[in-house]
Amino acid sequence: MRSAAFRAIGALLLVAAPFLLLVVLPQNQALFWTANVLGRAIVFGIIALSLSFLATYGGFISLAQMMVAGSAGYAVAILVDGAVPTIVGGVPYALAMPIALVVATLMGLLVGAVAVRTRDIYLLMITLAVAMGVFRFVETNIAWFNGYEGIRNVVGPQLFGTDFRNPYVFYYVSLVVAALLYGGVLYLVRTPFGLVLQGIRDNDRRVAALGYSVKLHRIAAFGVAGFIAGAGGVLATIYNIGISPGTIGLGPTVNVLIMSVIGGLGHPAGAFIGSLIFTVFDTFAANIYDRDRFNTLIGLVFLVIVLVSPDGMVGLGTRLRSLLGARRAPQP
Amino acid sequence: MDLAATIVLNGLTLAALYFIVASGFSLIFGLMRVVNMAHGTLYLVAGYVGYRVFEPLYDADVWWAWYAGLAAGIVAAAVAGALLQWVLLSWMQGQELRQALVTIGVSIIVADQVLAIFGGTPRQFFAPDAIFGSTRVPFVGGYPTFRLVQIGIAIAVGIALWLVLNRTRLGMMIRAGVDDREMLGACGVNVPRVGIAVFALGAALCGLGGVIGSTAQPLALGQDGRFLLISLVVVIVGGMGSITGTAIGAILVGLAEQIGQAMFPTYSVILTFVIMVAVLALRPQGILGRA
Repeated sequence: MRSAAFRAIGALLLVAAPFLLLVVLPQNQALFWTANVLGRAIVFGIIALSLSFLATYGGFISLAQMMVAGSAGYAVAILVDGAVPTIVGGVPYALAMPIALVVATLMGLLVGAVAVRTRDIYLLMITLAVAMGVFRFVETNIAWFNGYEGIRNVVGPQLFGTDFRNPYVFYYVSLVVAALLYGGVLYLVRTPFGLVLQGIRDNDRRVAALGYSVKLHRIAAFGVAGFIAGAGGVLATIYNIGISPGTIGLGPTVNVLIMSVIGGLGHPAGAFIGSLIFTVFDTFAANIYDRDRFNTLIGLVFLVIVLVSPDGMVGLGTRLRSLLGARRAPQP
Repeated sequence: MDLAATIVLNGLTLAALYFIVASGFSLIFGLMRVVNMAHGTLYLVAGYVGYRVFEPLYDADVWWAWYAGLAAGIVAAAVAGALLQWVLLSWMQGQELRQALVTIGVSIIVADQVLAIFGGTPRQFFAPDAIFGSTRVPFVGGYPTFRLVQIGIAIAVGIALWLVLNRTRLGMMIRAGVDDREMLGACGVNVPRVGIAVFALGAALCGLGGVIGSTAQPLALGQDGRFLLISLVVVIVGGMGSITGTAIGAILVGLAEQIGQAMFPTYSVILTFVIMVAVLALRPQGILGRA
């Protein structure tokens, strides 16, 4: 019961955050926090959620999720009106965004199919290789992806007469999308499909012996993760007003993993916790250590988490709570 | 004809470099079951440390400047590799995923520190006069001597590795460790020390590749990602832990890259990945990998 109350308070805090920030910070800083810290954390949290979903319920650590997100971003950038340069163009956002989600889902299915016969570190290697292959292809291909420069000026649709990139609009749209996807994941893992997936994680041979197709379930899980990553990719592309190969390079690919691991791979909520921590560090690295040495800082945080608490912040919290609970237990 | 021969020769020289770097990756994976995601970073470390030693000597016009740089690069990589295994990885033996994550963390930190210490300027070694210039090759014409030397070094590395693994005591221990670590320990072998030796050897190979690669083409940030990717693809295609497989993988990837770039420049990357996906579909353990 208490955890339900905590959750309700947390949800309320997230909804009220932009206004609470206005109370404690001057207006321009509050806007900055809303869009560039919280908004960004939610968007990248969605991409990290796709990895956390695969890792938590399937046991697959896929390094292709940023690339899958990027495929959705590129689909939008290639299709929509107003993007510079125009590759295809002429498609309204209302149509381009669903197409992008389909593209990302297909890309996820493709990654799943390529990696279907591998697991653990082999899967890690193969998904990374696929992701980097796509990255290098995108970087060298001018005709479709405008090569190294990428595609600019993807500003997002008008929503209720306001710019999509208005900090409040962007924040609440991202929050709603994230909440739907997060709830969707929690629902999905209780369906027969989700249960089979967890069975595969624990013992794929037994699941196969029960008559389920391990391969199809695995590929489908990557498809679901692709859809989630795609939603994050579309939002991230609008956040960045465009997309370039740099967005899906080795750095960002690893960053998604860092977020999920820092938050904790044992629970989908870890994705958002991790991405918030990551974003805060990214934004304020200048004040903590050195403006240009953000990577050293986040690398150290990541390393410490892996060494000390492999299940991340969520695991740390759980252990802390059980520790406190154990102490309180003798006196009911 | 001439063009085709040049492309093939280019592919083979590239394959030679890929083999040197990837053989270290494959060796470490073969015995330790560690996916060393910091492998590309070791390449950077070797290149930059080697260059630090090389530059003043080259300016002083000493003939052995390049060799000193080569030695420094190899030693730097070997020490870094041994430290990585000794300090961080040795006490989580068997937790493969966690070890891979640790090496990712290390690679982020080290690559960033390399940038901080050595700056982002691209560097390139100048090969000593003895292996500089061009050599006449049948069907091809004049060809950079250093690239031919590269093939020679790769072949030497391959033979040396085969001899070490099949004809020495260390090799015997390594092969035994691949099959059964615990039994090897029970036989009185100091398995952790063998592990450090393997890591140092694998990293040294990467360091050798780092200096040679930075002589043939500029050394810059971003090369770490490139060579990590190359190592991954080469061992995925060739088979994990097999030296011959690594050689086959390197030749396939090197040739595919050059032929692809000659025939359909902006789509060349796809060819490499078609090979990888095809191998994965037919033989998930790689061409010569053990199931």
